[in-house]
Amino acid sequence: MTQDAQDAVGDYKYGFHDPEDATIRFDKGLSEQVVRDISELKGEPEWMTDIRVKAYHHFMEREMPTWGNCDSLAGINFDNVTYFLRSSDKTEKDWDDVPDDIKRTFDRLGIPEAEQKWLGGVTAQYESEAVYHSIREDLEEQGVLFLDMDSGLKEHPEIIKKYFGTVVPHTDNKFSALNTAVWSGGSFIYVPKGVHVEMPVQAYFRINAKNMGQFERTLIIADEGSSIHYVEGCTAPTYSTDSLHSAVVELIAMEGAKIRYSTIQNWSANVYNLVTKRGVAHKNATVEWVDGNIGSKLTMKYPAVLLKGEGAHAEVISVAYAGEGQHQDAGAKVHHLAPNTTSNILSKSISKNGGRSSYRGMLQVTPKASGCRSKVVCDALMLDEDSRSDTYPTMEIGNSTADLEHEASVSKVSGDQLFYLMSRGHTEEEAMGMIVNGFFEPFTRELPMEYAVELNRLLELEMEGSIG
Amino acid sequence: MTEVLLHVENLHVSVADTPIIQGISLEIKRGEIHAIMGRNGSGKSTLANVIMGHPAYEVTSGTIHYKGQNIDDMEVFERARAGMFLSFQYPASIPGVQVGTFLRKSVASVREEAPSPREFRQELNEAMKQLDMDRSFLSRYVNDGFSGGEKKRLEILQMLLLQPDLALLDETDSGLDIDALRIVADGINAVAKETGCLIITHYQRLLDLVKPNVVHVLIDGKIVESGGPELAIKLEKEGYDWADALV
Repeated sequence: MTQDAQDAVGDYKYGFHDPEDATIRFDKGLSEQVVRDISELKGEPEWMTDIRVKAYHHFMEREMPTWGNCDSLAGINFDNVTYFLRSSDKTEKDWDDVPDDIKRTFDRLGIPEAEQKWLGGVTAQYESEAVYHSIREDLEEQGVLFLDMDSGLKEHPEIIKKYFGTVVPHTDNKFSALNTAVWSGGSFIYVPKGVHVEMPVQAYFRINAKNMGQFERTLIIADEGSSIHYVEGCTAPTYSTDSLHSAVVELIAMEGAKIRYSTIQNWSANVYNLVTKRGVAHKNATVEWVDGNIGSKLTMKYPAVLLKGEGAHAEVISVAYAGEGQHQDAGAKVHHLAPNTTSNILSKSISKNGGRSSYRGMLQVTPKASGCRSKVVCDALMLDEDSRSDTYPTMEIGNSTADLEHEASVSKVSGDQLFYLMSRGHTEEEAMGMIVNGFFEPFTRELPMEYAVELNRLLELEMEGSIG
Repeated sequence: MTEVLLHVENLHVSVADTPIIQGISLEIKRGEIHAIMGRNGSGKSTLANVIMGHPAYEVTSGTIHYKGQNIDDMEVFERARAGMFLSFQYPASIPGVQVGTFLRKSVASVREEAPSPREFRQELNEAMKQLDMDRSFLSRYVNDGFSGGEKKRLEILQMLLLQPDLALLDETDSGLDIDALRIVADGINAVAKETGCLIITHYQRLLDLVKPNVVHVLIDGKIVESGGPELAIKLEKEGYDWADALV
């Protein structure tokens, strides 16, 4: 790597990239033909092509969103995005069969190792499609379906037709329309009644090419009384030009089911990360979003839960770290649509070196949702004077029996804390790293141990070389 | 000859351009316990903080030598790694960082050779037993929601584990009941033979349990009188008024 490139990459250790050896690459830009070509290439049923085309037209007509840091979206040039790129002709079940370049990338990211040790299944997506996929045999025997979305559509079209777009319709917002038009890859999971998937399953998303658009689509259905923990990680090379990641994730937790969806988003600082994530919780079901945002140029992401059945529960725990040139516009949306539903939202954000982090939240209680409880806690930590943190909570409360709590705090690292830690032999950077890790601890403890360790290490890296 | 650990020469210190310490000289050898007594605002805590290197305190003239070396340019963490330790009057809380993790990391950074996990566990168990601390301490967050007494115990626990050459104890006795005071005093006595101690206190009661070699009386940023343990007893009985005349 040249020195200039090294400077640009900085401490971001996933900033390397492979040669772009695409087997199929579409020209930049979007048209109805591009959308049809993607669908045809994948050999999709006609109804899916129709949904895509409809969504494409909606995308073209739809205004930019008005919820979030919308001014920054003007920087996206939709004509300069590659909408589809195939880098391997098929999805392999054995790491040895994955093309060498790509395999090396995932080796460097530690994916095969993690799979062997503690995962119930893995899918690895490179550019537009999955290049590797596996699931433990015992899960398969219990009837658990875990496939990449393209294979899911081929093998279980009836399930996908029934649920696709029911939680996040293409008309939801401009980016959900875009995703619906050009989606490729992502995960499809179905957990049968009463089955508890004890080990987490993981998806890993990697963008390699320049000006790439990645539009994965994930659908997870947990049938009655079942449970699953899904984990996703994302990285990309550092380029001077922008890439776009715009996913849609739909979760459906049937009666008494539980879905936990954990994310460690660590895109490089040239990626626009505009994701629509939403889950439906039926009677006594639980949907949990554990959402960590460390990377990207701009993230706009507000994991949402529709509490549709009585006694349903939502949990949204998120952290955001905004360094130089980054804006993390994150938060949560919870809609209490049924009686006796409960929700907890905990948001923690750190801003440093002029970075900006915002909490944007929506809490809705409809008139028929009596006896609801909700607690929202937002804590922001500022590491210097140049950084910025904002909180934008919105509440629409239509039922007077709702029991609501909202706490917000903004704090700075105090000189007393630094002096105390330094007097115990820690450098200023180490001290800062400890304080930051401590601040994120309520989030980190919710992660599988391997992720928690990795996240702490990442944050310590972010603190290095940053103190003048 | 016993090693001179700390040598302070005609030290003047300001905080935000206000002079606080106005000419202190002091020498502490290994194995010696010095007590500094004085009223609130006399500059006692400032002395401890400036020796440890607090960035808010400016040395305007005079010198501090530690183990024969001028430490003016040494960073706080370098002083700690060189064997200096400050037991804080008001230790900062670090939410989210567990005491156990914090102790392990601190020991690893201060000692030249980090103990093995097993050795560390053993040392930790012994030290906690000595201070009558429950193991549940280890999973709590550093000083977060601690009572005054718990904070002071954690400071002394750190002192036992970090094994400093020079210990600065800033009002370690305040906020302790008599049982806790005895335990803390035992902790100090356990390290005192191998260490130089500077004990900052209002009261004589800690000095009944930890026998100082020298007592200094600090008034308006100056040491106005130095003497043996009897000086502490005199201050306890008569207060500081007599010493005002010495300024």
